[in-house]
Amino acid sequence: MTQAARKISEEIWGGREDLEVLTFDIAGEMFALEAFIVQEILDLLPETVVPGAKAFVGSVINFRGKVIPLADIRLAFGMDATRTTIDSRIIVIVIDIDGEPVLTGIRTDKVHEVTTLMRAAGEAPPSVGMRWRPDFIDCLVKRGSEFIIVPNLQAIFTAQHDHGVTAHNHG
Amino acid sequence: MSFPDPIAVFRTEAAELLEQIEAGLLDLNVNLGDKDQVDAVFRGLHTLKGSGAMFGFEALAAFTHHCETAFDRVRKGEVPATQALVTAVLEAKDHMRALVETPTGDFEARSEYLLANLRQAVEGADGSGATAAAGPALTLYKIRFSLPQNAMANGTNPLPLLDELAELGECRIVADRSRIPSLDQLFPTDLHLSWDVELLTAEPRSAIEDVFIFVMDEMELDIQEKAVAPAAAPVAPAPAPVASQMQQPAEAPVVARPAMAPASPTAPAANDAKSAKASENVRVPAERLDELMDRVGELVIAQSRLSQLAGGSGDLQLRAVSEDVERLSGELRDTMMVLRMVPVAQLFGRFRRLVHDLAIETGKTIELVTEGETTEVDKSVIERLADPLVHLVRNSCDHGLEPPEERVAAGKGAAGHISLSARQQAGEVIITIKDDGRGINKDRVRAKAEASGLIPANASLTDQELYQLIFQPGFSTAQTVTNLSGRGVGMDVVKRTIDALRGTINVASHPGLGSEISLAIPLTLAIIDGLLVRVGAGRYVIPLSAVEECLELSVEEDMRSRGRSFISLRDSLVPFIRLRDLFRTGTKPDQFQKVVVISTGSERVGLVVDQIIGDHQTVIKGMSKLHHDVTTFSGATILGDGDVALILDVGHLVAEGQQQEAHLRAAG
Repeated sequence: MTQAARKISEEIWGGREDLEVLTFDIAGEMFALEAFIVQEILDLLPETVVPGAKAFVGSVINFRGKVIPLADIRLAFGMDATRTTIDSRIIVIVIDIDGEPVLTGIRTDKVHEVTTLMRAAGEAPPSVGMRWRPDFIDCLVKRGSEFIIVPNLQAIFTAQHDHGVTAHNHG
Repeated sequence: MSFPDPIAVFRTEAAELLEQIEAGLLDLNVNLGDKDQVDAVFRGLHTLKGSGAMFGFEALAAFTHHCETAFDRVRKGEVPATQALVTAVLEAKDHMRALVETPTGDFEARSEYLLANLRQAVEGADGSGATAAAGPALTLYKIRFSLPQNAMANGTNPLPLLDELAELGECRIVADRSRIPSLDQLFPTDLHLSWDVELLTAEPRSAIEDVFIFVMDEMELDIQEKAVAPAAAPVAPAPAPVASQMQQPAEAPVVARPAMAPASPTAPAANDAKSAKASENVRVPAERLDELMDRVGELVIAQSRLSQLAGGSGDLQLRAVSEDVERLSGELRDTMMVLRMVPVAQLFGRFRRLVHDLAIETGKTIELVTEGETTEVDKSVIERLADPLVHLVRNSCDHGLEPPEERVAAGKGAAGHISLSARQQAGEVIITIKDDGRGINKDRVRAKAEASGLIPANASLTDQELYQLIFQPGFSTAQTVTNLSGRGVGMDVVKRTIDALRGTINVASHPGLGSEISLAIPLTLAIIDGLLVRVGAGRYVIPLSAVEECLELSVEEDMRSRGRSFISLRDSLVPFIRLRDLFRTGTKPDQFQKVVVISTGSERVGLVVDQIIGDHQTVIKGMSKLHHDVTTFSGATILGDGDVALILDVGHLVAEGQQQEAHLRAAG
């Protein structure tokens, strides 16, 4: 365990022992994002499909007069599409791409709460027994009987940014 | 003096002053006898020195002082203005910029070198270099005077006295505040100040006494002669006392104005002119304008939602309010657009210096003519145009214009001409760079393009197509690579930038007579006139500037064109692209599809859409970085109902369509 904990990437924790995060559900898994990168939580908005864009960022939305991409984390983790419900939300975050802050939305099934994760409860992603790309996950944090996934957004967005699958648009 | 704000203000001001100085110098270079420009340059240098010292830029103040002194001598007619002097001061000006930007940098050596240059230029102008010794001897006077307490009540104003003293020579004035009483005892019309003045002048002692002739009886005046220095002194070792003296006024903020301003009679005039200007103009950071623009864009969107609501309701009062808001937001948007416009003079100004330097570098005589400087263009466009224009102007100077001998042999004047002009034309600004040089050698362009495999041998190309080849990366017809150009980089930068600005390049050339390159750029990057169309469920905007006409795709044409995608339009064949296929909408085509015929440079292409909704003027939003790989769209816009519509990048769209067809052909 200690060995695993040591492997937790320093990128997010940066030597801190706890992390304030926003937790949310995507396709039945609970994820957490560092709270300070979250700009806003929105109800679902009309989406505009961008033909030719990668499926991961296949559409754009109007966020207060700004046109921002809407990313679908499920595609990075190969998860099944879920139906939108009354709980579906868009989380608007700022990420750093090539040294520039970029606003983007993330589609989620349900947003829970802002909470504090303890580094001590965190583990680096296991190298086996997981169908997700390990480099897309910063760490897994145990809470009660379940795990919260702290995704490595930098890796996810950079990967999608460099090479991804072209979207096949639907309707 | 450690507050960041005043320093930043000084830097902005200094940048402006340096620009003024440069413009003045360049004007002077054209007409060396122009007294007004000499004065303008002197004033600029003087103000720069003064405010530099005030804000603690001592190296700058000391350095500028020498240039000022040189110009002062020109102003007084002691030495004539020469091109050597102008060039030396231009170089010095660049150095001043460095001193402004990094006041703590180690510039000693460079300063020394430039000052030596300057001295040489000034002495060269004298013809003999003997003036240094021949000038009248200077005397340093220490003057201390105080006026009676009731002097101001009796109508004596000390400021003109200080001004007069300053007119006599190099003058440092420090006010003595020691006798100012505490506030409760201060009587505002009483004079409590006395002054210490250090005056370096060639005038006799009597001249100083003359200044005080009308108040002599009642005042205390003490004049001491300190040291005697030759006339050349201020040009060489003066900086130390100047710098140290200049600091004192800064330490006495209360009297900063009387102490600083009268240092020269021209200074108050310059200050007045500037404060008058300041009251008319407000300096605003560009980001704030952009923010405001965003807000206005949002307002326009909110307003159109309001109109929709109002239109749907029967409430007449609501409709009246909605109409008012609509009018107001429309006006606000128009005003906003104007706010962002700046005259191209800002841009053209930089090229005078460039051409001046290039002329020296190439040994050619080049005259730059600029026209239409008042044409206004969006600020962001101006900034992005600077680079491509530098390349074009360099190219004209280096390749276009012939050396003087060659020009004379060809029956032209020895001086080459380059003209930069700007004009507005139907929502676009046209910037033309024209030279009267040798023109573009078509044969050489063709040979070079064939050699590098850009075009097949003996390909039939129109002149325009041939000229466009010069914008290919790595293309250069210059036989020798010079310092300036010929490496084949540069022209492709021009092409890329202009493409990014949604502009077009047009080249015309007449062998032996010169060439002309026109850049047509949309007036603003922030707003677009577009045609709103629907393809499947998505709505898209086609830039109206590219649209030639719209027509219906008849059912027969549609059926017939399964194998070949051409329609015949007034006896010419126009290929078309089905946007539904390109965007893979997967929807059934509308019964009456429309073709929007667009032109991309030389080509005409039809775009098949499901519905033409109408024209639409809107604020452009850039595409996110995450979508940088999507080239078919140049941006996005927000429609009246809050939805996002993408703006087609016509050039890239056609290229994409061609690629897709090539794939289909290869597959089928």
